[in-house]
Parts: sequence; C-alpha cells; structure tokens
Amino acid sequence: METILDALQEALGLLTGFDPALMEVVGMTLRVTGGALLLATLIGLPLGAALGLRDRVPAGGCVMPIIYTGMGLPPVVVGLFVYLMLSNQGPLGRLGWLFKPPAMIVAQVIIALPLIVGLTLTSLRSIDPTVKLQVRSLGATRAQTAWTLIREARLGVLAAIIAAFGGIISEVGAVMLVGGNIEGQTRVLTTAIVLETRRGNFALALALGILLMGLAFGANYLFHRLSDE
Amino acid sequence: MPPIYTLHDLQQSYNGRRVLAIDRLDIGRGEVLALVGPSGSGKSTLLRLLNFLEQPSGGALTFDGEPVTPRLALAQRRRVTTVFQRPALLHRSVAANIGYGQTLRGIKPDNDELAAWLDRLGLSHLARQSAPKLSAGEAQRVALARALILRPDVLLLDEPSANLDPYNIGLIERLVAEAHSETGMTVVWVTHDIFQARRVAGRVAFLLEGRLVEVADAAKFFTAPATPQAAAFLRGELVYS
Ligand SMILES: Nc1ncnc2c1ncn2[C@@H]1O[C@H](COP(=O)(O)OP(=O)(O)OP(=O)(O)O)[C@@H](O)[C@H]1O
Ligand SMILES: [Mg+2]
Repeated sequence: METILDALQEALGLLTGFDPALMEVVGMTLRVTGGALLLATLIGLPLGAALGLRDRVPAGGCVMPIIYTGMGLPPVVVGLFVYLMLSNQGPLGRLGWLFKPPAMIVAQVIIALPLIVGLTLTSLRSIDPTVKLQVRSLGATRAQTAWTLIREARLGVLAAIIAAFGGIISEVGAVMLVGGNIEGQTRVLTTAIVLETRRGNFALALALGILLMGLAFGANYLFHRLSDE
Repeated sequence: MPPIYTLHDLQQSYNGRRVLAIDRLDIGRGEVLALVGPSGSGKSTLLRLLNFLEQPSGGALTFDGEPVTPRLALAQRRRVTTVFQRPALLHRSVAANIGYGQTLRGIKPDNDELAAWLDRLGLSHLARQSAPKLSAGEAQRVALARALILRPDVLLLDEPSANLDPYNIGLIERLVAEAHSETGMTVVWVTHDIFQARRVAGRVAFLLEGRLVEVADAAKFFTAPATPQAAAFLRGELVYS
C-alpha cells in the first residue's frame, strides 16, 4: 500500500515537472500511433466504404471471416510477422526499418486496418435499405449516394477509428518486437511501462500509465465531441 | 399527348421467382393513378421500376418516349421521385432534409421557398431540429416536402400515409392535390386504403400476384368493377388470380 501511494506521489511530481525523458516517450507514442491511425484510416475508410456500399460483399463468404479474424489479431503475432518481413533475411529487410519507428507504424497499421475496414463496412451495411433507395430516388449520382451514406454512417465510422486507436495505443507486444524499446528512439508508453516496472521504477511506470490513460481519454474526448451534433 | 410511361411485357424476377409481369400499361401525363392490390402483389416493385431504381428482368419500359436503360441520363432520372411509406429522413436538420434533393442538383436552397414549405407543413418551429427526432406524421410531411420542392414531373407514392392519423392523412392528400394542380405532375399512388384511392385517383390499376387484372377510371372501378377479382378485393375478401 505504502509503495503505491509513494509511487503515486512521485509520479505526480514527474508529471508536473514535465520530465524530459517522459515527454520524449509521449512524443514517440503520438507520432507512431498517430501516424499509424492516419494511414490505417486513409486506406481502411475507402476500402470499408467500397465494400459496405455494395449490395453484396464480393466473395463475402471468405472476405468477411477474414476481416473479422483480422479485427482480433493478436498484436504479438503481427509483431512477429512484421519482424520476419523486415529482418535482415526477410523480403523487406533492405528497407532497414527494423527497430525504427516505421516498423512500429507498419505493425500498428496492420492491427488497425481490419478494425477500420470491418466496422466501417458493418456500419454502412446497417443503414436502412429504404434510405439507400430514397437517396437515389431523390436524384443522387453514385458518388453522391456514397457520400451521403458515409455521412449517415458517421457515428459508426468514428467508432471504427476510436476502436482502432484504442487497440494500437495500448498495444505492447508488436511494438516491443519490431521497435525493440530503444531509449530515445523507439520507446513508447506501453513498452516503457513494461521496462520501468521490471526495473522497479514504479513511480515512473505509474506516471507513464497515467499519461497513457490521459492520452486515450483526451483522444476519445475529441472523437466524442466530433460525433456530437 | 403521348403517355409519360409505356410498359410492354414488363417483368421482374428475384432469385428466379417472377413477381411482376405486366403485359401492357400506359401512364398518362398529369394523371393520378392509384395502384392497388393485395400485399405482395408487386406494387412497390413496379414503383421501383418506374423510378429507375432497379433493372427489369425483361420487357420494355419507356419514359417520356425514351427507352429506359441502365444508361438513362441523370437529367431524366431526376424528373421522377418517390415518397416511401417510411420517411427515410437523413440525420440532418429538417431544413437540410427538405433541401437535400436541391443540394444534389447543385441548387442553393432558397430560404423563402423553404420557409413557405415549412409554413405549409406546419413545421416552421422545427426547421433547425434534427430530423430523426420528429414524430411519424411530421417526418412524413418532411419527406413529402423534400420530394415536392423538386417539382418532379412524376411523383411516386408508396403508401405514404399508411399508419398515420386522419389529420396527417388529410394534410398529405391536400399537399399532393395542390402540387398536382399547380404543376400538372403525374402521380402514381400506391395505397391499401381503397377510400383514399377513391378520394385521390382519376384512374385505378389493380395488381394481383404481379399481373394487371384491371385498369379503369376510378368512378367505374369503385362502382362497377369489370372483373370478379376486383369486385372481391373491393369487398375486402382475400383474392387469388
Ligand atoms: N429485393 C427483393 N428480393 C426478393 N424478393 C423481393 C424483393 N422485393 C420484393 N420481393 C418480392 O416480390 C413480391 C412483391 O413485393 P412488393 O413489395 O412489390 O409487393 P407490394 O405489392 O408492394 O406489397 P405490400 O402491399 O405488402 O407493400 C413479394 O413476394 C416480395 O417478397
Ligand atoms: Mg409495398
């Protein structure tokens, strides 16, 4: 009990002092997760929309289970896969991305993408079919229909982005494997928490944990405000 | 004047099951045609074909003298619109819903026109309100205004006043009648309410299991139907072809 309270007090001290090492880790987390989320959204949203706007998902019997499985991929398996691809002997080894931020971004994109595609797709599919007919009946072109329906599904699309964000910012296995948790280079909040806890630096670990939750809350608050009309 | 629609042997099938097969029907410019028939007889399917929302599986349909194909010009498609039984409003304000069709056409919604419509609908106090929060009657009035503000050449109505109270039913009938006499639009009105059909229609088409059993002037159809099926339908009996 004592340790927890002491650690908490020390953690608050570190936080209010804007400890530079701490800020470094926060910055890396934001860059990696933000970049991965942006990329996954740029790819996943149009893909999910293209699939969700069709009357039928092409080869849906296969594609849907693949997407749903992807939504629950174990991050550490993704990490392993990306590691093998990017390692010196791997097919993409020449990129030299392993143990650098791009490798972490790649892994997080792979984790986030199925979530964004799958949830965007289902939110578009769950729009009342009468609405689709009505929009076309009022004279919408194909592009206008697509845009109107995506706007109608905006809450679901936002939920997709939130779910993906939550999945990757809290993820530790993949970034640990492909990033290597190198101080000042690839250390992010989750991997730093693991390390500091092992070292017995509970105060620092706790401060990192509070920051992680604060970031998650801040981002979700922003998303929520966006969805509130 | 040539008819606005001609149907020749028009058919629609879903999964190999034929649900519509109309040998011949002309729909006249500016008429109000009531489309009646038991549930499942193909009325909504016919409206979707008339609104170019799906492709028929066979036969020929012409609109304003032009064969209807998947490549029908956008300008032609935009001359026709449907109001469905469910209002299908978008998650936007009432005003944005009414102006939606105009927005699609790149027309800037005219605030005076909008205000006039809201006034006619008795919805002036709700212009900024989010549409999904409206009551059923209010929502259907918005859906109707969204269609009428476009001044379509053809207005298709798929049971627009089913499940509404007498006040809203009366209002909808009056708004359509006014729009019809102002613009001379063609109206095809699907209704389960034969009294409503009698109030609004000049002509009646009676569908039974996808086939047109009888087409007649309203006065004649309701007083002296020519077929035993139509007579049975008007008596409220279950009918088969
Ligand atoms: N998209 C579709 N796929 C498969 N079957 C369909 C489809 N649309 C309609 N049907 C079938 O076509 C037949 C006619 O349906 P339709 O909706 O046109 O009837 P309706 O006369 O409008 O009935 P109601 O008065 O109950 O609205 C029904 O048997 C229906 O099940
Ligand atoms: Mg119907």
